Amino acid sequence: MRELLLCAPDYYGIEYEINPWMSRARGAETELVKSQWQGLYKTLVALGAKIDLVPPQPKLPDMVFTANAGLTVGRQFIPSNFRHQERAGEAPHFARWMESRGYEVLWLSNELYFEGEGDALFGGDALFCGYKFRSDIQSHRAVADMLGCLVISIELVDPRFYHLDTCFCPLPGNGAIWFPAAFEEYGQRAIRGHVSDLIDVEEEEAKTFCCNAVVLGRDIVLPEGAPNLVRTLESRDYRCHQLPMSEFLKAGGACKCLTMFLPQREKV
Amino acid sequence: MVSETIQLRGHIIDSLTLPKVLDEILTRGANFTMLEVKIGQRRADQSFARIEVSASTHEALDDLVLRLRQHGAEVEDKGDAQLAPAPADGIFPPDFFVTTNRQTFVRIDSKEYEVQPPIMDSGIAFDLANKKARTVKFADVRKGMEIVVGHQGVRVVPVQRTTSRTDVFQFLNANLSAERPKGAVIREIAREFETARKENGKLLVVAGASVVHTGAAEYLEQLINWGYVDLVFAGNAMAVYDIESTLFGTALGVNLEQGTLADGGHQNHMRAINIVRSAGGIAELVKRGTLTRGIMHACVKGGVEFLLTGSIRDDGPLPGVITDSLEAQRVMRQKFKGVTLALLLGAMLHSFAVANLLPASVRTLVVDINPAAVAKLTNQQTFQALGLVTDVEPFLRELVHCLEQLRAKQK
Repeated sequence: MRELLLCAPDYYGIEYEINPWMSRARGAETELVKSQWQGLYKTLVALGAKIDLVPPQPKLPDMVFTANAGLTVGRQFIPSNFRHQERAGEAPHFARWMESRGYEVLWLSNELYFEGEGDALFGGDALFCGYKFRSDIQSHRAVADMLGCLVISIELVDPRFYHLDTCFCPLPGNGAIWFPAAFEEYGQRAIRGHVSDLIDVEEEEAKTFCCNAVVLGRDIVLPEGAPNLVRTLESRDYRCHQLPMSEFLKAGGACKCLTMFLPQREKV
Repeated sequence: MVSETIQLRGHIIDSLTLPKVLDEILTRGANFTMLEVKIGQRRADQSFARIEVSASTHEALDDLVLRLRQHGAEVEDKGDAQLAPAPADGIFPPDFFVTTNRQTFVRIDSKEYEVQPPIMDSGIAFDLANKKARTVKFADVRKGMEIVVGHQGVRVVPVQRTTSRTDVFQFLNANLSAERPKGAVIREIAREFETARKENGKLLVVAGASVVHTGAAEYLEQLINWGYVDLVFAGNAMAVYDIESTLFGTALGVNLEQGTLADGGHQNHMRAINIVRSAGGIAELVKRGTLTRGIMHACVKGGVEFLLTGSIRDDGPLPGVITDSLEAQRVMRQKFKGVTLALLLGAMLHSFAVANLLPASVRTLVVDINPAAVAKLTNQQTFQALGLVTDVEPFLRELVHCLEQLRAKQK
């Protein structure tokens, strides 16, 4: 059974603008926020996941996006060093919670930006890490040193897809869903070289954040609005669970951003 | 050119970060030299690369380095070059940096200065007041001059080999022995002559006496008349035999037409020298109408600069021949400015002297019947030298023929 970390959206809202999706003029509707988050929670529970909840904190509206808490491998947790001051306050809360649950917390040095599972996803036997908009490539090296695994560093080039988990989603059996145009040529080649079965997503569907999906075995929880991808996945015997995510998309997040695996991998 | 050394670490091979960085450098019109690469042995092992990046301006380099930092490049801290005063006139401080013929930079107060001119086997003097780095020979050293010592802060730029097959100098980059056909190469060289002329590059010819002895003077004369040659370096002997052949039809007493010894021919070169000395110089002789053809005549008529330097075995010498060898070096160095192509023709010792002074960026063609001379000269100009083992006469004859065809086509 997979264990996931979520954070209730009690304080969620569009209070600043740190990515192209965010506009304070276009706030989130509280009731919809609640029902959409509950929808995700219930879906994950129904799929057999064990859900842990970290207590939300006032003035940290994006804490709901737990994928950016850090990266967990086995019993080790590498907390994020957020690039934006607006989110930096989340880190100690996540770290304390993880520590209280018995995880060993491995801090990166302060000058290395790293935004956790949002930019670090295992696929096959490699850890794919995105860089430029949020995480720095220098942090990848430090993570590789800490974990002793192969890290494939990929430059992100489209500001709309500012975290790796917004445009790349590993699938079991060395596959992945991805939006190729979010990467430059070398990044695309590196991904093609390490992932044998790639499912391309077209731009219209990528914009619905369909790559921001939670994969639990053959079950894939993703935002609604990507019928072509869903058809492709279903033809490959995946079960797709499409959820409304409009209110979280306003902050540039969706299903995957709202969850962190505990751990993402047992070992590397 | 200015440069920085960067380091890349991590899974730079699997992530394709290394090729991406190299590509980025080239795309931005900069260059790189791979100084060190260590590839991780196991899957999780990280790799390491040290790369020297050079760009044409400080701004371009800064921009590029900024971009490369995004891909994880770290800039290596480079120390300044160390200076020490020359202990006496003509003496370098111990451990002085000995130059090569390649483009060289010294770093002083964290800024790079290009050493001018790039001449091998020299020291580097740095003028602290005017912030200028220049190569100095023993004879130029003055007591107290600040001389670069050690290797820190000195950067030597390797001559990049092009991957283009169209450049005969770099593509062949070898010597053609006597047994190999040379027609195609000479055709390429003719094209290089045309290119050099179109691009306003200066062509230097170093001509040995053998050019006259083998009866090739008329071809060199033709090249000068056509305007391909900008500068001629030669010894006293070449000029003497050239003038002897014009005045008497012999070179060192040998009839050039028949190849036989002329009666009393051994006196001819002495008489020729005497005529030039009486006239007061070669140009004078041309002006008087006594010297009407030949290489020296073509130079004077065409306003092509020539520099005659002497040796111990010289007769005469002719007026204008520089017999002080240090002075000769100095004048030669001054005249190299703008030279892009050097043709060293059958003048082994003179060619060695010139090759010692030539920057590595000058493309050099060596033609000599002696394979050892060709090998030694092309080794010195490793990247842009081409050697042909052949008598100079057939070479020049063929070259003139090829140029004639090219010129006819252009018309």
